[in-house]
Formats: sequence, structure tokens, C-alpha cells
Amino acid sequence: MRPIANTRSAAGIPTGRLAIWWVVGSEIVIFGGLLASYVLHRLGNPEWAGYAAHTNVWLGGTNTFVLLTSSLSAVLAHKAAEEGDGKKAAKLLYFTCLGAAAFVCIKGYEWTTEIKAGFTITSNTFWSFYYTAAGLHALHVIAGGIIMLIVAESAKRNEELHRVEVIGIYWHFVDIVWIFLFPLLYIAK
Amino acid sequence: MTEIVQPDAAQAHDAHAHHADHGEQSFWSKYVFPTDHKMIAMQYMFTGMAMALIGGFMVYAFRMQLAFPGIEVPMYGMVTAAKYNALVTNHGTIMIFWVAMPVLIAAFGNFLIPLMIGCDDMVFPRVNRLSYQIFLLSAVVLVASFFVEGGGFGGGWTAYPPLSAKAEYSLTGLGSSLWLVAVALEFVAFLLGGINFVTTAMNARAPGMKMFDIPIVVWMIVIASILFMASVGPLIAGAVMLFMDQNIGTAFFDPDKGGDPILWQHLFWFFGHPEVYVVLLPAMGISAEIICTFARKQLFAYRTFLYTTFGTGVLSFTVWAHHQFIAGIDPRMAHIFTITTLLISIPIAEMIFIYIATLYGGSIRLTTPMLWALAFVAEFMIGGVTGIFLGASGADIYFHDTYFVLAHFHYTFFPIAIIGAFAGFTFWFPKMFGKMMNETLGKIHFWGTIIPFNCIFIPLFVLGAAGQHRRVYSYENFPDLAIPHFQDMRVFATIALLIMLGFQLVFFYNCFISWRKKEMDAGNNPWRSTTLEWVAESPPPHGNFTELPHCYRGPYEYGNPDREEDYFPQNLPA
Repeated sequence: MRPIANTRSAAGIPTGRLAIWWVVGSEIVIFGGLLASYVLHRLGNPEWAGYAAHTNVWLGGTNTFVLLTSSLSAVLAHKAAEEGDGKKAAKLLYFTCLGAAAFVCIKGYEWTTEIKAGFTITSNTFWSFYYTAAGLHALHVIAGGIIMLIVAESAKRNEELHRVEVIGIYWHFVDIVWIFLFPLLYIAK
Repeated sequence: MTEIVQPDAAQAHDAHAHHADHGEQSFWSKYVFPTDHKMIAMQYMFTGMAMALIGGFMVYAFRMQLAFPGIEVPMYGMVTAAKYNALVTNHGTIMIFWVAMPVLIAAFGNFLIPLMIGCDDMVFPRVNRLSYQIFLLSAVVLVASFFVEGGGFGGGWTAYPPLSAKAEYSLTGLGSSLWLVAVALEFVAFLLGGINFVTTAMNARAPGMKMFDIPIVVWMIVIASILFMASVGPLIAGAVMLFMDQNIGTAFFDPDKGGDPILWQHLFWFFGHPEVYVVLLPAMGISAEIICTFARKQLFAYRTFLYTTFGTGVLSFTVWAHHQFIAGIDPRMAHIFTITTLLISIPIAEMIFIYIATLYGGSIRLTTPMLWALAFVAEFMIGGVTGIFLGASGADIYFHDTYFVLAHFHYTFFPIAIIGAFAGFTFWFPKMFGKMMNETLGKIHFWGTIIPFNCIFIPLFVLGAAGQHRRVYSYENFPDLAIPHFQDMRVFATIALLIMLGFQLVFFYNCFISWRKKEMDAGNNPWRSTTLEWVAESPPPHGNFTELPHCYRGPYEYGNPDREEDYFPQNLPA
């Protein structure tokens, strides 16, 4: 049952797209607060660069590549959906989900090696931030992947194709958060 | 993909789509798991009222302890130091997050936005339902936290670490975690609700309703939702961090391992100060609607009112550290925050002047809602003026953490959360239930609340200025503060509180008999008001309007001599 309110567009923007931008806006503030706290701590504690040297830049870099590639297929899925080709959009979304899964697996491997080396979330404040920020981001990756499967399921039947764009916007946001996390947690020395 | 719906096309589309969607509903889908915005509004309203009773009971228990230290409080028992801390902490938390927020933003926002912008529901009804369910869960978690081992959290509603971060300090390990989870869940609920409100007001307006035709109260709730969304994020992150500090042993706020407890204060107040405006703005909007209606005058300077609100919103993000003047921040920084804090009083003062200018020369009718609205303006002004003392960093060093702060705070939040809510409730009660409330009882309740309210908090200003600190459960061990003169003032405030709580029975009695009345005596538009919700039936059916209205004019065309009725409803063709 869809109310008439949902079909109106007084602002000239489709309701789903408008709402996802507000979701992204409020998410930016959540990650913004966390990262601003981290950056201020980091500026006050130059010795954290030593802790950051123990992170695995190569695995982090690979994950950056995986996420960016998955964003590309999300864009292509949106294009296919706009052309009305739901089947193709669904296939591309499945590919994006695969990227999400690969990201989480690599992350899991990376964390395992770090924890084995003795760097746990309680070691010190740097590692607390490291696991919390990356963990919160990983939760967003997992949630996005699950929602994407649901969207792909309906897109396959050529239904609710506008949702492909909406989940795409969210996915780009998750991508961009990582683009900030990666240099801040791994590279900055 | 962008498709701009033309007003005429939308009208035709609306008319075509209408009747099919809103059929009969079962009991469960109507009352328990509703997607109808009005029923969700009622759920928020009554949950908020129930929580207000719990918060009111808490204040009764700890005020009794302050007036008569060591007595066995009737219906409660002994108020020990730990219980006192838990009571004041949860009183604050409940009244702000589980009363002011759900009643002012969620209940009025849900009820009013779709009706006032002339559509049938929120744009995302199921998200709306989910928002309430998460909110209800958060309330249950909070209430559960009182009954776990160690009792409810007692670290103050601001939950400063290290007291809140370590169970060996607070002695309420589980209680403080549950408290934190409840607050975080509540934020998620209002984020979902806020996104719904903003999107609805932006996209679902009636054909012909332009930006500056939107009633002020809708604007205010929308701006408040945006402020909430923009400010709560860091505290959500902070809540996650504090929760992990409590339960996993991370070191965000623990100085032993390189963390910083002041960081929490920044995260908390970066949200906490805009939060004042998040709840203030809806109350401001409610008063504006009521004052225009009962002064029979156009709102003085509608656009200026909006611009001042935008100004307040922006400034509200630059004042937070005035809560931390004695937390060890750099005095140069304190200067900056003093200046921004004093600046923010300017747009608020301007809004008050707009109310006065609206009243000037109007034909004023002192109905119950109007009395509440006027009292809101007057009492909030006292809160605002005393805020200047606290915003000035020099004076604040003396006043900080005294009852002066407490009295100032209650002179802002009581008008917002209680007076503003009563104003809105009595004004829209005829629309919600189709019946008029009893005016005489309404006025008795009004005076029985306002007079004791002032009698409670004026003595507390005096006590605070005399140096009485907050968060002390008994002053018997402080010879300077235990003198009979001060104790008399504490007793006076407590008796005034008891009188005020007693008069609330009049309100509930009035609600009950008005609701039980057989005849639907309200009609569609009992107050002869202009905005679109008064076009709908009272109470509005599922789907709101028999025919969705078209908007032709601004919201406050009152006192027009060209028309016998003296006002132009927004849906009247030009």
C-alpha cells in the first residue's frame, strides 16, 4: 500500500533519491564525529605513527581497489536500470555484492593477522580507533551488501528499478568513507 | 529519471489514486502496528505521557528527600545517595529524550506534517512505524535499567567519563550500559523519523503549496529534524565508543591508556546544545500557530521568522563549549564561545519580538491554548535571560554546577516540553478526537501549573546564587547550606512541586471526560483557523481528506475585513 504522499514530487526530486541523500547526510556526521575525534587525537599524539606502521598497507590497498571496482559495477547497474534492463542491472548488482564479500573476507584475514601479532582493540587508543572505525565501516559494507541482494532480487523481475539508483548512492557513500579511512588509518605516518 | 510532477497532473493523479488505498483495517493493523501517521502520532504522544509520569514520579521522590532529608518517602521509601543519583540522572534523561522529543517532534510532527501540507500520509509509512517501534524498545530498555543489579545509572544525564565508563566508579555496570543502549536506540528512532519528516515536507506538499506557504510549525519541526540529524552523529559515534569502553575495555575516554575524557564532553555537547533548539523550535512553531489564530492576525514577518530560525540553527553548532568553561578548556577558546553564545540570543529575542508584534493590535481571545502559548513566550524569556549569565565565561565559573544552572535550564525546558506540549495538545485536541475540551477545567489546570512552576524554580535561582551545588543528595553535611533559611526554600519548592503534580490530575480528568463525551462537538474548524488540517474532518479518517486539498494562499490570512468570516483558509481559491 503506497500512500499518495509517496508519489508526489513537489521538490522535483524522486522521493527515494531525496531520502537517501538525507540518510547519507546523517551518516556523514556519524563518521565525521568519529574521524574528527581520531584526527584530533592523532595530531596530539605523534607516536601513533609508530602504531600505524604495523597496519598492512598492501591489504588495505587491495581492499580499496575491490571497493572502487564494486562501485563501478553499481554505476553500470544504475545505467542498465535506467535503460529498463532489470536483468542486466541485477547481474551487475550481484557483482557488486561479490566485491562487498571480498572486502569483508580480506578485512577478516587482515584483522586475524593483526590480532595474532598482539594488536587488539584494547591495546591502546590508536588500535581502539582502528578497529572501531574500520568495524563500523565494515558493518555498513555488510548491510549494503544484504540490501543490494534484496534490490537485485526485485530488479531481476524488472520491478522497483528506481531502487538500483538509491542503493548505488548509498554504496558510493560507503566507498568514499573508506577513501577517507584508508589514508587516515594506514598511510599517514 | 527525474520527473517533475506538475500541480495539475498531480491533482488528477491524486484524485484518481485516492479511494483505493485506504480501506478498512483490522484491530492489529489499526492500533498495534499502524502505518497511519495519526495513529503513530498517538502512540508517540501516549508513550511520551507515560514516560512523563515516570519522570514526574522520580522528581517527586528526590525533591521530597531534599526538603525532608532522610524521611521515608511515601510510595517510594528511603532515597539513599545511590538512588538519588539514579533518580536525578534518569529524570533528566527521560524528560528530554523520552518526553520532549517524542511529544514535541515525533507526536506533533507525525500528526501535523501530512495534515498541514495536505497529503494522506508520510512518504514512508512503514519506516515511520519502524521508528516508533525502535523508540518503544528504547523506552523498555531504559525502564529495565532501573531494575538490574546495582540499579539505574547514576552518573548524571550527561554521562561524563570516567564515572560513566568504569563500573568500579559508577557501581552500576549493567545499568549504565543499558542506559547508553537506550539512548543510542532512541537516536536511531528519531533519525529515521526525521528523514521521513524532512522528505515528506519537501516532496509531498499539496499542489500549489510553495515554500513560503508552509505553516510555521511544519517549518520548525523540519528544521529541528535537520538540526538533529546534523548534530547527533558524533554522539552516536561517542555512544558506541563509550559502550566499548564500558564493556570491551577500549581506551577512548580512559586517560590511563591514552584516551581523553574531555572528548566525550565535546561529542556530547556538540549534540547537546543544538538539541535545545531541536525541542525549542517545534514549541516555537506551535505557539506561532496558536498566537496567530487567537490574535486573528497574520504572523508578523513570516519570512524574517524563518531567516532568524536558520540563523539560530547555524549558530547553535558554534556554542557547545559554553558547557565546558570549567572543564579545563583554553580561556581564549572560552572567549570565542562566550561571544557565539551571546550572539545566539539575538535571533531568539527577535522571534519573541515577532510574537509580541503579532499580538499587537490583534483581537485577542484568551482561550486555554492561547494562555499556554503566551505563557510559553513569557516563561521561556526568563530562561533565555538567565542564560546570558551562564554564557559569559567569567560569571559561569561561579554559577557552574549550582542550582542557578538547574533553574535556568528548567525555565527553558519546562516551557518547551510541558507548556509547549500542553499548548499544542489543547489546540489540536478537537482535531485529534473531534471533541472540545472543557475550557474551565483547562484554565484551572493552566493556572494550577504555571503558578507552582514559578514557585518551584524562583527559590532555586536564589539557592544557586547562594552557592548551592547540584547533585548533592543531602545538604545536612554542608553547614553553610544547611541553614534553616535555605532549608525553608527547599521545602517551599517541594510543596509547590506537589501542588503542581496534583493539578495534573485536572488535566487527565479533563482529557477523560472530553474524550468520553458522546457528541462530536468540534466540527472541522472550531478555532476558525486557516491551515489545511482544519479542512479535514475531526478526527481525520485514514487517508485524511475526502478530496486532497489544493493550496492557493499563505498560511495566516486572518483579520481580513473584506470577508464576513474574517479569514481565508489556505484551500480557498483566489
